[in-house]
Amino acid sequence: MRFLMTVNGGGRPPDEQLYAEMGRFVEELTRAGVLLATGGLDRGTHVAASGGNITLTDGPFTESKEVIVSFALLEVRSKDEALELARRFWKVVGDGEGDIRQVFGPE
Amino acid sequence: MTAETAAAHRAIEAVWRLESARIIAGLAGLLRDVGLAEELAQDALVAALEQWPADGIPANPGAWLMLTARHRAIDRIRRNERLAGKLNLLGRELEPAQHEAPAEFDDVLDEGRIDDDLLRLMFISCHPVLSTEARIALTLRLLGGLTTEEIARAFLAAEPTIAKRIVRAKQTLASRQVPFEVPSPAERPGRLASVLEVLYLVFNEGYSAMAGDDWMRPSLCNEALRLGRVLAELMPAEPEVHGLAALMEIQASRLAARLSPDGLPVPLLEQNRGRWDQLLIRRGFTALLRAQGLDGPPGPYVLQAAIAACHARAGDAADTDWEQIELLYRALGALAPSPVVELNRAVAVAMAFGPERGLEVVDGLAGEAALAGYHHLPSVRGDLLARLGRDGEAADEFRRAAALTRNIPERTVLLRRAAECEARR
Repeated sequence: MRFLMTVNGGGRPPDEQLYAEMGRFVEELTRAGVLLATGGLDRGTHVAASGGNITLTDGPFTESKEVIVSFALLEVRSKDEALELARRFWKVVGDGEGDIRQVFGPE
Repeated sequence: MTAETAAAHRAIEAVWRLESARIIAGLAGLLRDVGLAEELAQDALVAALEQWPADGIPANPGAWLMLTARHRAIDRIRRNERLAGKLNLLGRELEPAQHEAPAEFDDVLDEGRIDDDLLRLMFISCHPVLSTEARIALTLRLLGGLTTEEIARAFLAAEPTIAKRIVRAKQTLASRQVPFEVPSPAERPGRLASVLEVLYLVFNEGYSAMAGDDWMRPSLCNEALRLGRVLAELMPAEPEVHGLAALMEIQASRLAARLSPDGLPVPLLEQNRGRWDQLLIRRGFTALLRAQGLDGPPGPYVLQAAIAACHARAGDAADTDWEQIELLYRALGALAPSPVVELNRAVAVAMAFGPERGLEVVDGLAGEAALAGYHHLPSVRGDLLARLGRDGEAADEFRRAAALTRNIPERTVLLRRAAECEARR
């Protein structure tokens, strides 16, 4: 089962310590064979499609809390494993918000 | 059971799945006894099931389990030492009893040490004193954290059979005094080959699962893949470890495409390549590059991964570099001559140089005793004959293949092909 863990903006700005701790956490997940892909995201371009019209708007957007700034794609055996990894992740990050959702596909 | 207790139990189970291999490995490193290590790790799990629902889940649940299990291990060692001390007194041998725990206890939570123990656990679970079935069961139990019931379901076996197999495996390791260690350089290639074989057997067991099978069966693919990834990080200098990881990543990329909507197997060359998982393909290529970046001639897993990579790179069957695949099969056959590899080479020859040439290679295998009951031989022969327009002979071969396979969906496909050939006659 795959889960996409996303982190919203507006959390504590990363410092050297967080980078180091996050580096260790990512390495731990890689060594455990559960991390398929991970990355940070640019503020990006907003796309709106309506009645065949496509509008592109460059960021920044007003509420950074609503924008995804990084992601991790996990492969685990159950939702509870994904939730446990999310708990560990947020213990490293500290205050902030994000989501964890199952990716549809073969179990 | 209250909702909170149920939630706590699910969380405990998840932590156990994630951590049990490292806990058992760390304990086995202390106790030098895999069976006892698993028993004490299970005791810690029981303690968690009793305490966490009431006290809440600890801040670091993995470390909690590890420390609890470690205390039990130390108690066990001290008790044994006291016992040994008393026996010494009876024998009037007065040796000072050890009251201090050995210094190595302090290192129990040292990650690097646990990695080493995890590697030792992989080697001992796949030890050649055990039968292949026992190696598989013990690996899934100790490294995969699967329950006996899950292993039984995945292998379509009765639970008591698997339970007995695991108990006997642990007894064999104890009675033969198999050391808990990474094998010496001299033994290492053979022992590593056994570990890789076990992982690939587990993978293939999952890969052969059909639609409608218990979901535990296909999940074996993911379990083998995960353990392969773990092993690649534990032994980064071994090209064959990366080769196996690459092979499994690329084969797993085709999981969604290998069955038709009605549950029948779809041959590689007819699969919808748009359904191949590009993420896994890319991970497979990365693993293959890691293998190829290391010294030494390519081993069988690197060669098989390179073949899988040729398919993954190609937009369709015609676009495939069949000459390269033929060379890779030739190299594979040179490492370990096998009629099955030669049959695969025949397919590549036919694709690269035409069906007549492929048929010559297949006919060279006609007398092979090892292929006597192997349905792929008549199936490949039927395919080549059909491409040459020899439909009557092709239909005979497909029917022969259908009679040999025990896999019902595969038989359906073969009989369908026989009927198509008959219709064209």
